[in-house]
Amino acid sequence: MAARAMWKGVLRMQDERVPVKLYSAVQDRSVHFRLLHDEDRVPVRQRLVEPESERVVEYFETLRAFLTPERDLVALRPDELDALAPEPSRDIEVLRFVPTGAIDHRWYERPYFLGPDGNSGALAALVAAMQETRREGIVRWVMRKKAYRGALRAAGDGVPMLVTLRSAEEVIVASELGAPRGKPLDEREIAMAQQLLSILEAPFDAEQYKDEYRERVLGLVRAKAEGKTVRRVPARRQRIEPDLAKALRLSLEAERKRA
Amino acid sequence: MAEERDDGDEIEPVDGGGVRSLWSGSITFGLLSLAVDLFPAVRTEALPLKLVDSSLRPLTRRYECPEHGRFLSRDEIVRGYELDDGEFVVVTDDELESLAPEKSRAIDLRKFVDVAEIDPMYFKRSYFLTPAENEANRAYRLLAETMERSGRAGIATFVMCGKEYLVALLAENGVLRAETLRFSDEIRAPGDIGLPIDAEADPREVERFRRAIEALAADDVDRTLLRDERVERLRRIIDDKLARGVDVEKAPEADEAEDEAEIIDLMDVLKRRLQPEQRERAPASPPSGDAARDDGNHAGGDDLERRSKSELYERAKALNVPGRSRMDKDELIRALRSAGG
Repeated sequence: MAARAMWKGVLRMQDERVPVKLYSAVQDRSVHFRLLHDEDRVPVRQRLVEPESERVVEYFETLRAFLTPERDLVALRPDELDALAPEPSRDIEVLRFVPTGAIDHRWYERPYFLGPDGNSGALAALVAAMQETRREGIVRWVMRKKAYRGALRAAGDGVPMLVTLRSAEEVIVASELGAPRGKPLDEREIAMAQQLLSILEAPFDAEQYKDEYRERVLGLVRAKAEGKTVRRVPARRQRIEPDLAKALRLSLEAERKRA
Repeated sequence: MAEERDDGDEIEPVDGGGVRSLWSGSITFGLLSLAVDLFPAVRTEALPLKLVDSSLRPLTRRYECPEHGRFLSRDEIVRGYELDDGEFVVVTDDELESLAPEKSRAIDLRKFVDVAEIDPMYFKRSYFLTPAENEANRAYRLLAETMERSGRAGIATFVMCGKEYLVALLAENGVLRAETLRFSDEIRAPGDIGLPIDAEADPREVERFRRAIEALAADDVDRTLLRDERVERLRRIIDDKLARGVDVEKAPEADEAEDEAEIIDLMDVLKRRLQPEQRERAPASPPSGDAARDDGNHAGGDDLERRSKSELYERAKALNVPGRSRMDKDELIRALRSAGG
């Protein structure tokens, strides 16, 4: 069963053009709730309110403003914001090709599969060339009035993908934050913690993890709909050892016994 | 808000880019446990814009019952799941938490993997974890140091806001970060979409693309390529208006209770949490305000107002106060007092 493409564009690099279609590679599986008024179980409505006067303001009457650290509000008029919208285009511009893996997980946002738009030969050739050179592209495009940055790559099975990337302004780099400080750590404790970690090392297997909670939520909803009472599961008391060194030693002993 | 996203399950963004801890709980590693707070690691917008009315007065969101035609307070609002016939089944926070009590409280690290093994498709959102209290500092640093030396990421599932998350916990420069991952059933296979994968590549065409790739080749990712140009242009407009004093209004004083939510930049909040000793006396809780707000509880001298929200939360957890995960600081204090804690 073929899914519908969500957007069409043209990959451009040097003089090459490759028309493609974008398909979402992910699907939402979460359970959605509505907020209700307790008394009559009617879904609530969100309103925008000026807190001092309690006056309701309709969305079309609102403006956007930036709040500075000095608490100045700077208003942006709709025409000023409109002028910031990128020019519509079908081009997906390839800016660079970097070694596969050079773009790390901090940047990844949302994946799309790429399919050919028309003749499939060009896309197949691009994928083959990316695989041979072991490179992935950094691309830029405009989709639905919004500018995106992305990684163009061939997935393991040779399917071309576009993964949208977060922008440099959005990503906070850990090195700029500064780590918590304190007395130097005890090397023996680090060594024990490393041993414990290595006992727990394993390959990543995505299939191993299931969203069991989602099923439980739906089970709860069904049971309540049928008027059944739901038994509460009390939390297991987890054993916690406040002394670091002792906690590590006991954990190591327990894991070795298990192995 | 963000119409472009069909993920639908991101944690509700706070109005105007304010910053709040999204989850408080602990990380467990063997018998080691450390209390942490979870914050977004990605700004929802680099320059968050607030909604204001035509006189530049900031607006807040309120919930209204269309039937009663009035605004509702927080305790009048419940969560409901819509059945096929349009009826709603009400589900309480306590019920949601009791479905997986351990997972609602702790990120239990039972497995460590090489993060490079995780396909980019799995990565969803990024969060920072900060030590919630002073006692957690040493365990936090120990875990971060150990993980950083090993270059491994801890994998766990946990429950936040009524939803289960798969996370990869990583350490970078002494800071712990959680990357939420998609479950495998949230990812489609190319076959589900009906993509043709049968196309043969013409060797001459492959050679042409290879030349194009080599012409654009670089060894590293140039961060400037990942810039959002809109942000730069927006900043220029804002600076220009500030300089000329056009379209500028003084914002009303922040409500004391708004606390960290009013700090505009996520970075500042994170720095304060990671290095509390660096923190100047926080404007959020002036001592005089504390005394004024002390609701007649002189005898106990419990000093709850001076505790951080996460400390209060931990106490509430120890006393099994129902509904604590949804409470703000004042509510926690009230609940703790009535629970005798």
